[in-house]
Amino acid sequence: MTETRIDRRFKACADQGRPALVTFITAGDPDLETSQAILNALPAAGADVIELGMPFSDPMAEGIPIQLATQRALAAGQTMEKTFQMVRRFRETDQDTPIILMGYYNPIYIRDPKKFVVDAREAGVDGLIVVDIPPEADDELCIPALEAGVNFIRLATPTTDDKRLPAVLANTSGFVYYVSVTGITGSSNLNATNVSSAVARIKSHTDLPVAVGFGVKTADDAAAIGKNADGVVVGSVLVSAIRDSLDDAGKATDKTVAAVTDLVASLAGGVARARGV
Amino acid sequence: MTSLANSMRNGPDERGHFGIFGGRYVAETLMPLILDLEQAYKDAKADPAFAAEIEHLNKHYTGRPSPLYFAERLTEHLGGAKIYFKRDELNHTGSHKINNCLGQILLAKRMGKTRIIAETGAGQHGVATATVCARFGLPCVVYMGATDVERQKPNVFRMKLLGAEIVPVTAGAGTLKDAMNEALRDWVTNVDDTYYLIGTAAGPHPYPEMVRDFQSVIGAETREQMLEAEGRLPDALVAAVGGGSNAIGLFHPFLDDENVKIYGVEAGGRGLDGEEHCASLTAGKPGVLHGNRTYLLQDDDGQILEGHSISAGLDYPGIGPEHSWLKEIGRVNYVPIMDDEALAAFQMLTKVEGIIPALEPAHALGHVIKLAPTMSKDQIIVMNLCGRGDKDVFTVGNMLGFDL
Ligand SMILES: Cc1ncc(COP(=O)(O)O)c(C=O)c1O
Repeated sequence: MTETRIDRRFKACADQGRPALVTFITAGDPDLETSQAILNALPAAGADVIELGMPFSDPMAEGIPIQLATQRALAAGQTMEKTFQMVRRFRETDQDTPIILMGYYNPIYIRDPKKFVVDAREAGVDGLIVVDIPPEADDELCIPALEAGVNFIRLATPTTDDKRLPAVLANTSGFVYYVSVTGITGSSNLNATNVSSAVARIKSHTDLPVAVGFGVKTADDAAAIGKNADGVVVGSVLVSAIRDSLDDAGKATDKTVAAVTDLVASLAGGVARARGV
Repeated sequence: MTSLANSMRNGPDERGHFGIFGGRYVAETLMPLILDLEQAYKDAKADPAFAAEIEHLNKHYTGRPSPLYFAERLTEHLGGAKIYFKRDELNHTGSHKINNCLGQILLAKRMGKTRIIAETGAGQHGVATATVCARFGLPCVVYMGATDVERQKPNVFRMKLLGAEIVPVTAGAGTLKDAMNEALRDWVTNVDDTYYLIGTAAGPHPYPEMVRDFQSVIGAETREQMLEAEGRLPDALVAAVGGGSNAIGLFHPFLDDENVKIYGVEAGGRGLDGEEHCASLTAGKPGVLHGNRTYLLQDDDGQILEGHSISAGLDYPGIGPEHSWLKEIGRVNYVPIMDDEALAAFQMLTKVEGIIPALEPAHALGHVIKLAPTMSKDQIIVMNLCGRGDKDVFTVGNMLGFDL
């Protein structure tokens, strides 16, 4: 593959001597219009890379915060077509910030994976993270994605031992996403020391940037993890901030967008000082 | 004789596929675990001591072989083919689920696992899992949809008595699919010590194969008992399909017997027109959920639908992948039976044969009631009476307006 937006963005952050801040929100949460406003505001708030969750009825790897975000989005009528539409509208004003669609295989499978990757590319999507399709099934989605010019980012986990790691890395591009804990998103047993040795282990197998996620909640977490990692991923706390900003009927308020951007700005402060003075 | 190459009993392939169905679609955290499990199962299968231990427990703990019973009064009542029941409802714990649980708990022990988790719908698998955990002294956590906790109360209490911890799952409609999601979330969190004891012939490879193998004792016994009773194989087999474990257990040993017609009965709920049914094979589309590619109830955007059935054990929007394949190759006919037909069948069996069936096999019976009169009196149907109705007495009482 030729150099992609994702490659360029990680390089740019490395040149600044800091890790990239990777932010996750669920597309369509709490409604399409508010979600678009949040998405459009993320880069200025300090997000370097954006993961946009494709809502799925059965998010098996998700903890409560992202499960609830998914339910809000689906209840508000989010569909894959609307998620593509959000990316198209984002691209009208931002040509540089990478967008990665993240989710589960079934909503992709039903559209036909080969068609999906082309549609995603045309909408302005740069990468894919699909939780439930392992390297053993690369021919189904990963290879078509690469052929369409879309990075395929794999998750490596604490259970991915050295024997298995090469298979996981084989067709990975853009970056490697290290899942910091065995568990679901939003879990709370982040251990910076373990993470740092795991990142070193992965780096000994690949030249790709390594981003770390699952359990990063505060600017201090981001700073600690970002010491060694090339990227720090935050998601659950952002969608929790959305939830906390809603009114009693679960509708967006005039505080919703700022609730996310304020938090992103604070996390950006964390990655900025990660490699410290 | 069917040559081995043409056999329909060879699946899955080494990547866990039955045709395009099956496979291993799980998060990376779980991949090493299911690869380990696959190896452990291969090793166990090759060890005669493993088979001997299962056989011993089947006989002395479960009470196998279960009888093959000629239902004389029902046969007369319906006025067509001879009807036999494979009486797995007489098993210890009241259903076929124990066959699978014994096999898997022995495997868990071999693997050195110290904590067992399971999902359950009707609670029969939960009860069977809690039972084997008590028998082998392992802690047990059962995930159960909150709706099912409510409608299967007797089983919830049974599991508690057996020492299991019950976790009600409120996500979604609070039924089996949601319980399975939550069990997977537990497994992905507790990777070192925990064994996930899946209750049906679905999930990532090797579960569909392994559960089928443990349940195939049903069909293997039926074959032998039928030859003894009638000197020939039956003309038709009928079983209810939820995830498909009791059905594949009966069907598998007969797949290569071309003259045996096979019917899998899905929950038609309130009818196939809307979304209030669980007929994934009759009305669903192929997709990927819970680790395997299979027929699923889903909308045009790939969101999984909740479905509905009067029977908690059939209330699942998917189906084991081998059934999807057997449908595609046309070996098995899958037919829906509606809630009210199952309820009528439940009452008929109770009155005519003095057997109170579970609502799941009552669906199978709903089809037998249609099928038998279309067949001649010298033909034979075997139905898997895979569970007893004690757990459903309250549900049925409510439906029939009894004040319990
Ligand atoms: C008695 C009985 N039959 C059938 C089922 C459905 O499962 P399966 O299709 O795996 O046999 C259940 C599930 O709970 C059950 O309890």
